[in-house]
Amino acid sequence: MNPLRRRSVKDLPPAGKLAAYLVLGGWALVVLFPLYWLVVTSFKLPIHVNSGPVYLPFVDFEPSLDAWRYILVDLRSDTLRPYVNTVVVSLSSSALALLLGSAAAYALIRFPYAPRVGVIALFAGCVLLAAVAAGLGVPPAVAVVVAGACFALLAATVGRRFTRALSNRDLAFWVISQRILPPVAVVIPIYVLFQQLRLLDTRTALILTYAATNLPIVVWLMRDYFDKLPWELEEAAVVDGASAFRVFRSITLPLSVPGLVATFLIVLVFAWNEYLLALFLSSADAQTMPLTVAAQNATRGPQWWYMSVLIQIMILPVIALAIALERVVSRGLLVGAVKG
Amino acid sequence: MNAARVSRGRVAGPAIEDQTRRRSRASLGASFAVRAAFIWPALLAILFVSIFPLVVSLYISLSRLKLVRGGFEFRFIGLDNFRELYFGGEQRHFLGVTRPPTPLGWLVLGAGLGLLGWGLYRAWRAGASPTGMVLRVLGVLLAAGAMWLLVQTVLADGGRPGTAAVTVIYVLVGITAQFLLGLGLAYLLTQRLPGQRFFRVVFLLPMMITPVGVAYMFRMLTDTGKGPLQPLWAAVGLTDYSWVNDPWGARVAVMVGDIWQWTPFMFIVLLAALEGQDQDTVEAGLVDGASRWQIFRHISLPAILPVCTTVVLIRLIEAFKIIDLPNILTNGGPGTATESLSLHAYIRWRTLDLGQSAAVAYSLLFIVTVAAVAYVNLVRRRVAEP
Repeated sequence: MNPLRRRSVKDLPPAGKLAAYLVLGGWALVVLFPLYWLVVTSFKLPIHVNSGPVYLPFVDFEPSLDAWRYILVDLRSDTLRPYVNTVVVSLSSSALALLLGSAAAYALIRFPYAPRVGVIALFAGCVLLAAVAAGLGVPPAVAVVVAGACFALLAATVGRRFTRALSNRDLAFWVISQRILPPVAVVIPIYVLFQQLRLLDTRTALILTYAATNLPIVVWLMRDYFDKLPWELEEAAVVDGASAFRVFRSITLPLSVPGLVATFLIVLVFAWNEYLLALFLSSADAQTMPLTVAAQNATRGPQWWYMSVLIQIMILPVIALAIALERVVSRGLLVGAVKG
Repeated sequence: MNAARVSRGRVAGPAIEDQTRRRSRASLGASFAVRAAFIWPALLAILFVSIFPLVVSLYISLSRLKLVRGGFEFRFIGLDNFRELYFGGEQRHFLGVTRPPTPLGWLVLGAGLGLLGWGLYRAWRAGASPTGMVLRVLGVLLAAGAMWLLVQTVLADGGRPGTAAVTVIYVLVGITAQFLLGLGLAYLLTQRLPGQRFFRVVFLLPMMITPVGVAYMFRMLTDTGKGPLQPLWAAVGLTDYSWVNDPWGARVAVMVGDIWQWTPFMFIVLLAALEGQDQDTVEAGLVDGASRWQIFRHISLPAILPVCTTVVLIRLIEAFKIIDLPNILTNGGPGTATESLSLHAYIRWRTLDLGQSAAVAYSLLFIVTVAAVAYVNLVRRRVAEP
């Protein structure tokens, strides 16, 4: 803040300042105290926890590294495996979501789409046909091929006669509205699908699912970001004969790095903390950290000291992200997207 | 390309689209194949993870899982799962136990119905189209039904809210508290106080923590015997009290955890909105001698209202999905008192009652969709497009 700035009418009177600090400090305490308790508990021995609350290390009790040693050394592989899973799954799924989502967002801003309502209805009808046929005992492969042929034939003949079409805005709204879908409503068929593909309890299953569920967020945020980019550069490149892919890769993406980073971070946090889908789709091999933390209760009862260590190693990276994110968000990335 | 066409600034809705059309015809001569290559991967991902599963799920909700030799099969049973949920043996779990409301309950119900009727009357006077009127009447009937259910289960002696009612309570209480807290904190941080950055970072933290971790932290904190607040509980004589044995205590614990976790989201977006508003009007108001409250009420609030309605919409959609907190913090207990709809569906899945689970999930989908659509049409559209 500039110290030479003239005293503004915006400055609070002293009493107001005090009240503001009291409120802000109060909420900071509400936020920080649970975290403080988490840290302190991880340095306690069982006896310190069970004999009633003690607050200050070195004063109330002698801190010990037992819990940390147990989780990081004794249970090394049991901790490392879900941790690596979480890192791999959240990074890859976020990267995938970012790739697919930003391409779609870019396309929705730059190219006109006009999917005809009638053709969409035809497509849905053919899918339904295939499903019913498969349900009646026709081999799935045959049903899919026949339905596909039907669709191609109808779309090429009848399809041209439909005139009502959706706009880019409708498409974008449809993609974003997928976020309304509660995961629990779709997870059982996904479970069966991955079971059929023999992908249950693998990282691949989690990566694909997370990427798809986070796509709407990416499309929503990046669409707004791309819309604000200067259009002249891309145009110049097109005049010089660059293809659409080339323009997207060499001009649009490099220009949108701040937006991409912020979106990546947001999606990453979602994937890092995801619980419900992991609960259904992974058991032992692909288990992620939220499940490991959640399972503590069932296996060993409330052993707060171990749990505190686990929660801490899980949240430390995202806390670092939060600090990074604060800078990006305060530049107003989110607000632009939220205004619309 | 003339300059007007590429002029920047926020362009909403149809304007974006018009620009898109003109631009692409003029320059980016992307062929059909290229355009398809950009968008189809994302559409396919959504089709495979959302739309097809949704269709299959609908079938599952109309069927019962039968274990047969060498595997399992789904037997079609029509609407039996839903009948069971709404009128049969699962009604107590899903909708709750209904009793005649207390006088307070009647009062609340009367006030709510009055508000709904008034809204309807205003829409009619304002000359809404016949379709709009029909949709509004439908929405009002649904809202009245939900209100009637809430009053009968919550504000009634011996009544007990089921998972549907509990989820709605989580959403309503959570969003109201988060919005007010977030707005208040964001407003304070726009007041040029030293140390802002510290508060910003701190206030953002809870959002980043995994809900499972939050649930365990609040389990530690609410432990009246070994938790850090034990002296406080002892002072008010609650040492032997167990949150997890009292239905409302447990629900409050879940709501507090939820508010703690998601206030930051409201806070950060509203803060950015407040900082992004036009400072000249604010200064002008101050110079003209308007009080701080008047400025907030008549300048800042209208300016950020579109953002407010959008964050509330986002939270509305996400809050209905709550599962981690009640599952870890209270295991859905005591009994089923803190179960949300997602948790209800998960528990049914775990007991291999897949049809019932899908029926619960579909009911949740229905509730969220109705709530979101009604919110968008009645609140958001009015504010965002004055």
